[in-house]
Amino acid sequence: MSALTESPTVARPAKRRAAANPAPKGPKESPLSRVGAMTVMLVFTLYFLIPIWWLFVAGTKSSSQFTSTNPLWFADFNLFENIGNLVAYRDGVFLKWMLNSALYAGAGALLATLFAGMAGYALAKYRFPGRELLFNIVLGGVLVPATALALPLFLIFSQVSLTNTFWAVFLPSLVSPFGVYLTRIFASASVPDELIEAARLDGAGEVRTFFTVSVKLMFPALVTVFLFQFVAIWNNFFLPLIMLRDETLFPVTLGLYAWNSQVNQIPELRGYVLIGALLSIIPLIILFLLLQRFWRNGLGAGSVK
Amino acid sequence: MRITKRAATVALLTAATVAMTGCSAAGGSSDGADAADCAPAEGKVELSFTSWIPGIEDVVKVWNDENPDIQVAVQTGPNGNGGTYANFFNQLEAGNAPDLGQIEYDALPNFRVQDGLVNLASCEGVMDAKADFVDWTWGQVSFNEDDAVYAIPQDSGPMAMFYRADLFEANGIAIPTTWEEYATAAEQVRATGAYITNFSQGDINQFAGLVWQAGGTWFGNDGDNWNVDLTGDESVMVADYWQDLIDRDLVSTVPAWTTEWDNAYNTGAAWTWNSAAWGANSIASGAPDTAGKWAVSASPQWEAGDEASGNWGGSSTAVFTGSEHPYEAAQFALWLNSSSESLTMLNESANLYPAAKDGLELPVLKEGVEFYGDQPIYDVFAEASGQVSADFVWGPTMTQTYNDVSDGFKAAVSGQGTLSEALTAGQTSTIDALKAQSIPVAE
Repeated sequence: MSALTESPTVARPAKRRAAANPAPKGPKESPLSRVGAMTVMLVFTLYFLIPIWWLFVAGTKSSSQFTSTNPLWFADFNLFENIGNLVAYRDGVFLKWMLNSALYAGAGALLATLFAGMAGYALAKYRFPGRELLFNIVLGGVLVPATALALPLFLIFSQVSLTNTFWAVFLPSLVSPFGVYLTRIFASASVPDELIEAARLDGAGEVRTFFTVSVKLMFPALVTVFLFQFVAIWNNFFLPLIMLRDETLFPVTLGLYAWNSQVNQIPELRGYVLIGALLSIIPLIILFLLLQRFWRNGLGAGSVK
Repeated sequence: MRITKRAATVALLTAATVAMTGCSAAGGSSDGADAADCAPAEGKVELSFTSWIPGIEDVVKVWNDENPDIQVAVQTGPNGNGGTYANFFNQLEAGNAPDLGQIEYDALPNFRVQDGLVNLASCEGVMDAKADFVDWTWGQVSFNEDDAVYAIPQDSGPMAMFYRADLFEANGIAIPTTWEEYATAAEQVRATGAYITNFSQGDINQFAGLVWQAGGTWFGNDGDNWNVDLTGDESVMVADYWQDLIDRDLVSTVPAWTTEWDNAYNTGAAWTWNSAAWGANSIASGAPDTAGKWAVSASPQWEAGDEASGNWGGSSTAVFTGSEHPYEAAQFALWLNSSSESLTMLNESANLYPAAKDGLELPVLKEGVEFYGDQPIYDVFAEASGQVSADFVWGPTMTQTYNDVSDGFKAAVSGQGTLSEALTAGQTSTIDALKAQSIPVAE
């Protein structure tokens, strides 16, 4: 499931990098290397797209045709019927999961971006004792995988009786060390000190300067952070698995996983898992297509420094 | 604070291990001390119950409507090994485990060893309920100790043989009633180009069910130490039997539960499946084109005329240490797993095959099943359920044992090593795992 949803994330930069290469080299490039590059590209594209194609095709089949027909081509087209069944199953619990995911990922990524942006900006633009130490500690946070923190977080949240609540998944989602890192780099490169100085002279307070001037200059980086964080929260599976017991709080990844774990004994769940997985990647695809432009700028600008 | 708590937990675990092994053999009377305090609470009680059965909340709602003073809140998650067991252990560690939880029989010893389960023996009605459940299921939840009940049996998976009645008849092959006949039939089936069955390299609990049928057992507890016996005579006999079929290419070895596997049944490339009662739906949904062509008969026997069956799967409802209301929890668990109302709903929503004796007589389990040519297949399973030995014991580290044996089986079906070598390796690694957890093992 998570492998499927990740594929658009991975596919795009690979494609873009390969696509960007031929341009500067121009006519000097030999046809052979071009063919080679295209072949590699094609193979990777297929590698990432075939599972999605398979999922789409599987989502259109009735359960009896699922096993008995060609897995990569259509049988009777039952997509909408399948979606209808999924939505109706158990009073629409799947829709609830999608909403939960949207809330965790949307609100979580928005706030995480805001916090990361403010922190990164402060680290880039203000001089204060311990600044580098603070930044290095945050950098250290990038190295710690979120999965490793899930169990300690569970024990901590248990002590304040917050497990199995919305906050158990939401609060840890607000932290993005990578976001702080990226926005700091970006702010120091793209927000000129002179501009901040000018804003101060015009009488703007620090907070106002940040929201009216700096945020606009940092926008590409913020979009990047938002996208990364959104995808990270959407695909985050382990933390909800450990924290949540109440089905109405589940994000879609955990809900589908729970169903999938019982396919052996309750085979009719397989159809729901397939169509649910297909629907669950759609928001990610839409988000990427919409924000791709900003994201590309942000990634490029961040990496130059 | 944390440190002292952890130290206390460790001490507790150690004590639990000692306590358990100290009294599990003959008398087991000291275990009763655990269970001494099981009195009804005054006023309204709220219980939490974690189960991964889809639709369980509808069943619980029936209980809640009838019992305003004992309200049960359902929590859910993936199946046990998919994460819910790990969550239970985390919650026991953090002190916020639910009152009740679903635990499969093969995982109960793990929770028992970690002192996670409340002995319900002194709770009103629990010991009286013993006669209501199929004997071997009670053995699974009491570890065959006296005065001990660590969970209420929920469902079971007595095994029988699903087979393609039409293909056997059309090819004039007799339905095997012994494993010897089964091997002969396998040759005849292979001659038609198909396989008699698929040997699953991943379902070690299915293999355990076959060993169970043969009269073997993998674990034991002599009161002081755990015995690990994956390489007993019966286990080796079963392993060698299947190894022979694999060597002669008489059974296929595709990974189970995949579309490839479904397809083999759907297209008639595999003719039988030695599986549990709950497997009836797996075939019906995996092989829809073969509707009406299947039938079920008793498992092949090792000696002609024997009547033994194995078990594959099944779970129980346990009360966790730390629950403040074991009395009410036990009442709920008894109702959930023995009332015909509840069992009917569980069967409809999740194909659960009951562990309660009355449950085997449910009207829904007496009807002919269309997919099986209107054969009342559950009669076969009801009979099989009565033929399952009560002596089979699971070990405290089954996840590890399954994984290690499964690794060996996978290697064996691809030609490296044999099934019985995999059992030998599993034996060694299981003993190591027990020692690593300071669980006493007899050598």
